[in-house]
Amino acid sequence: MKERSCSSAALIILAALWSVSAQADWALNMTEGVTEVSRSIYSLHMQIFWICVVIAIAVFSVMFWSIIHHRKSAGAKAEQFHENTTVELIWTIVPVLILVAMAVPATTTLIEMYDTSDSDVDIQVTGYQWKWQYQYLGEDLSFFSNLSTNPDEIYNKVEKNENYLLEVDEPLVVPIGKKIRFLVTSNDVIHSWWVPAFAVKRDAIPGFINESWTRIDEVGIYRGQCAELCGKDHGFMPIVVQAVTDEDYALWLADKKASIAAEVAAAARIWSLEELMERGEKVYQTNCAACHQVGGQGISPMFPALKASAIATKPEQIDEHIKIVLEGRAGTAMQAYAAQLSAVELAAVITYERNAWGNDTGDIITPQSIQSMLKSK
Amino acid sequence: MTSAVGHHHGPATGITRWLFTTNHKDIGSMYLIFSLLMFFIGGSMALVIRMELVEPGLQVVQPEFFNQMTTMHGLIMVFGAVMPAFVGLANWMVPLMIGAPDMALPRLNNFSFWLLPFAFFMLLSTLVMDGGAPDFGWTFYAPLSTTYAPPSVTFFIFAIHLAGVSSILGAINVIVTIMNMRAPTMSYMKMPLFVWTWLITAFLLVAVMPVLAGTVTMMLTDIHFGTSFFDAGGGGDPVLFQHLFWFFGHPEVYIMILPAFGIISQIVPTFSRKPLFGYASMVYATSSIALLSFTVWAHHMFTVGIPLVGELFFMYATMLISVPTGVKVFNWVATMFRGSMTFETPMLFAIAFIVLFTIGGFSGLMLAISPADFQYHDTYFVVAHFHYVLVPGAVFSIMAAAYYWMPKWTGNMYDEYLGKCHFWCSFVGLNLTFFPMHFVGLAGMPRRIPDYSIQFADFNLVSSLGGFLFGFSQLIFVLVVVKCVKGGKKAEAVVWEGAEGLEWQVPSPAPYHTFETPPEVK
Ligand code: HEM
Ligand SMILES: [Cu+2]
Repeated sequence: MKERSCSSAALIILAALWSVSAQADWALNMTEGVTEVSRSIYSLHMQIFWICVVIAIAVFSVMFWSIIHHRKSAGAKAEQFHENTTVELIWTIVPVLILVAMAVPATTTLIEMYDTSDSDVDIQVTGYQWKWQYQYLGEDLSFFSNLSTNPDEIYNKVEKNENYLLEVDEPLVVPIGKKIRFLVTSNDVIHSWWVPAFAVKRDAIPGFINESWTRIDEVGIYRGQCAELCGKDHGFMPIVVQAVTDEDYALWLADKKASIAAEVAAAARIWSLEELMERGEKVYQTNCAACHQVGGQGISPMFPALKASAIATKPEQIDEHIKIVLEGRAGTAMQAYAAQLSAVELAAVITYERNAWGNDTGDIITPQSIQSMLKSK
Repeated sequence: MTSAVGHHHGPATGITRWLFTTNHKDIGSMYLIFSLLMFFIGGSMALVIRMELVEPGLQVVQPEFFNQMTTMHGLIMVFGAVMPAFVGLANWMVPLMIGAPDMALPRLNNFSFWLLPFAFFMLLSTLVMDGGAPDFGWTFYAPLSTTYAPPSVTFFIFAIHLAGVSSILGAINVIVTIMNMRAPTMSYMKMPLFVWTWLITAFLLVAVMPVLAGTVTMMLTDIHFGTSFFDAGGGGDPVLFQHLFWFFGHPEVYIMILPAFGIISQIVPTFSRKPLFGYASMVYATSSIALLSFTVWAHHMFTVGIPLVGELFFMYATMLISVPTGVKVFNWVATMFRGSMTFETPMLFAIAFIVLFTIGGFSGLMLAISPADFQYHDTYFVVAHFHYVLVPGAVFSIMAAAYYWMPKWTGNMYDEYLGKCHFWCSFVGLNLTFFPMHFVGLAGMPRRIPDYSIQFADFNLVSSLGGFLFGFSQLIFVLVVVKCVKGGKKAEAVVWEGAEGLEWQVPSPAPYHTFETPPEVK
């Protein structure tokens, strides 16, 4: 009797839980996705699942039937048999046959997933700590995609929006109905590029390029996340893919190229300290704050402070400061930003670092000086 | 040997008894207590994780500390709790079950235990080091664990070395003991299954722990001596790390489950009052699992981009390994069938093992389907899978063993009511914790993240509440052990009605020295 009280207490907790969150969405299963491959994977998943369910019912019903009928308290006398070759053969061979039956469709799907030939669009996806870079091969177009969730939402100061942690500043835009090949690699540690709706998951490995492909059926926005632990902000580098029609894709390409050209042109004009600071703050938040922290205090000893640091305040270290931002520091998480940011962004962020948090050096780094430094390389 | 020659017949007194002991029972107890301590330390880290995951947003800890918690939790549970617990059980029970007076290499036995406290003291001390503890996951993939690691990684490497040496020495001792010290009439095919599974486990340990040692040494030279085994920039390959790790790692997961199979194969016949069904096929199934376990490692790496042929090979091999695993489950059920069952605490844990481990086996089979693994990999579905095989698998078998043999160890019966309370709370707690993880995993929640998007909130809350229930229920176990050591109803030599085997021929509690002359085996 007494044991009952433990389990009934548990039941009450269960019931309470149920009522607490009865209003919520309890997604249970894998998505079917929007590609042929994702649908075959979904059906493999369901097949193997039902096979397991059937075996489970068979095994557990024999077991519970024995537990109920062959208990000592019900007067059961134990028999002494302990071997039966026929039975043993059956329960070895039957599972093997089931598995062979399962292996056939799995093999077909796998072969399909590995066929990256004859692609229409090629996109190189590069993982960085903690963002993605997309390069459209043959289009001379490349950009970074950062988490755009407001830090106040993360720290529970304001209400979370419905795409919390699954939103970026620049989504990957691709055409529907085309075979898109992804060339996946990394700049630092191993990441993994995963969009469940396409059933594409490929590890991004520094020094190597992995291939994968998809062909999307429907226009829409598809969200995913980095799947391989890649350090501190592994949970904060989502993937957003916007699948559009062919015409929209062409428009978007043209648009995107134009805005990049405008950014280059902007490097030629004169920028005031205020303008640079304003731009610099934005660049800093998306690219630098994850490690050096919003207040510039860093996280000792992995991520050095910039606030009141020699490098960001001493006049004789300006060149050194610029150099580290442009070239990074080998063997650490500090990346070479020359390849990631425009001259304006670089000038702005360095200016910001030299003037924010009471560093107040008054130094202005111009886009032109960045450009000439890059040229001298 | 008489006392006139100056030999001790009882234990020494004071701290030296424990520091210098070469007695398998003392060393076994120390292993078990050590592992229980680690179970609580690793468990509190799990509760920190579950606390942070109660709701979306960052509340309790920062991401960098969260990663340290997941890493340390995994390392401590695997190397500090589960493995030493099984070694402790082997120390206590293998000599008693094969009619040997002690382990074959008693001083080595003492040494292999005393390495462990140092190893784990060093590992835990990284928590207060500058830069924090290891934060790269218990699988410590390079280059996150080399080029990008916190400075404490060197201490982590050394701790793994110490724990590894301890395991290898312990395993050698088990092999030598079983091969040489069996009672003369005990042939291999008369050995109890716990002894069999441990013999096979010990061979696995000797085979793969050196691979782990080699791997961490390569990390060490990459970090400090300028090599680049795992650094593509210097001609190395980060994926090489994963091949080496999982060549160790997959057999390692069987190291954590084969002794459990042995324990269940002892307990189920006892409480069914019926001999184990298919003894020989159990031995063959265990051996084939052990052999196959060397050929499936890349099923952890389906998404790293191994060639199609490799992918297919590892998929087929992994599917195949579930066949002998299934055979074991069928055999246990057939043992219960037409028995005369009673349901004392060890049997409850054993039955829960069979049901819940099988669920873990099913999700394993699903993960084996390589194309589907592209969707499952690195999500909470995998977390659910391995917790189902490790918690109601390995941990429940250890609990079952503790209840089953505790009267033999202490001479007293444990408190059956508290034991059942412990069981039911654990059972409910663990299912609440880990079952919802299947759902969030399938719905797309990656593992090892400190914060998640709002659609996963509800199931995570359930998991967290279940986690706390499970965690705190383990305190009941401590209470049971303390009470049982202190006193209670006196246990007889044959503690359980249906129990068979040499360990029940010695009185309860088992005297300090047993089987000084070998027993007869029927
Ligand atoms: C029927 C037998 C089993 C099969 C077919 C199987 C299959 C798999 C597969 C394919 C994975 C990789 C999943 C992924 O990362 O995407 C996996 C992960 C894992 N399995 Fe199993 N498994 C089985 C039994 C076990 C047992 C008995 C244990 C341990 C007692 C175990 C422990 C683990 C662990 C610890 C991981 C995850 C490691 C990590 O990534 O942290 N499995 N299993
Ligand atoms: Cu494995």
